[in-house]
Amino acid sequence: MYRTTVMLTLLGMSLVTYLPRLLPAWFLRGRELPPFLVAWLRYVPVAVLAALLVPSLLVSDGTINLHWNNLYLWAALPAGVTAWKSRSMFLTVLVGMAVIAALRLILGL
Amino acid sequence: MKETRPPHRIMQILTPALPVVMGYLPIGFAFGVLAVNAGLSVFEAVAMSVIVYAGSAQLMAVSLFEAGINPFSIVATTFIVNLRHLLMSASLAPHMKNWRKVEVAAFAFELTDESFGVHSLRFEHGENQPGPTLGINFICQLSWVVGTLLGTLAGGLITDVKPFALDYALPAMFIALLILQIKGGRYLLVAVVAGVLSIVIWLVGVTQWNVLLATLIAATVGAGVETCTERR
Repeated sequence: MYRTTVMLTLLGMSLVTYLPRLLPAWFLRGRELPPFLVAWLRYVPVAVLAALLVPSLLVSDGTINLHWNNLYLWAALPAGVTAWKSRSMFLTVLVGMAVIAALRLILGL
Repeated sequence: MKETRPPHRIMQILTPALPVVMGYLPIGFAFGVLAVNAGLSVFEAVAMSVIVYAGSAQLMAVSLFEAGINPFSIVATTFIVNLRHLLMSASLAPHMKNWRKVEVAAFAFELTDESFGVHSLRFEHGENQPGPTLGINFICQLSWVVGTLLGTLAGGLITDVKPFALDYALPAMFIALLILQIKGGRYLLVAVVAGVLSIVIWLVGVTQWNVLLATLIAATVGAGVETCTERR
């Protein structure tokens, strides 16, 4: 009985996840949109990325952490400079991970 | 940069997918471990990664299952957590004008924060062919499912990916994607507004809605400023 409930819950989760992913693309893609909406949609990516990234760098264990031990935040500086200079996602990921690994090794975190 | 076609095509898929894969394998793994520890079977955990495929919602669902929360609330929470994809789907829509319906349907199924970040940049560079796009998505989800499976099988053996710094792969990828998206003053303004609002809304306690609300407001600011300055 419980296993059936779990599977039904998964199907429900699948449906409510899929529809918001599908419907806007499905209905908007062929249309001529008003200029304001076109401009608005152009700013969505940069807004989404910033809205996702900032909390992931500042928040650790459920609170804002600006202390030196928040490595996610401080490693963002060399990673950001790398992205700015190299325009390479791959290099940025490598530098970010290398800095994190080195800091953990040095600080013993 | 004229290269022979076949290897170029493969690289077109592998290069953007690689950072996502490096992030998804360990997080999928962590999800698998947590899911089994919360009482889900290996099949159920892997099924969730196949049919739901949404990292933060899956991790949240596992803790809700463990706490014995009723299924309806789990589905409702998932809906709220994943509602932000509405905006991502909308913003990519114009680039899929000439796609077949089945391609749009398949693409949307694998639209995550990470695949969105990758594709929003590719599409703007004119790289919106359905083939490589769906190829990238497939590899990303495959790594998520494989990570989940390995996690469920390893159980409590390995839970810590910190020594390899793999937990920083996705934050670093987002740093690069964000910086590559800033193409001028207005974009910078939108990024700052979105980042500040996201953390403020989170601090106020509306923790499930911060990304959606911050994006809505910041994109409106950007479009508003653009409309005003271009009228002059």
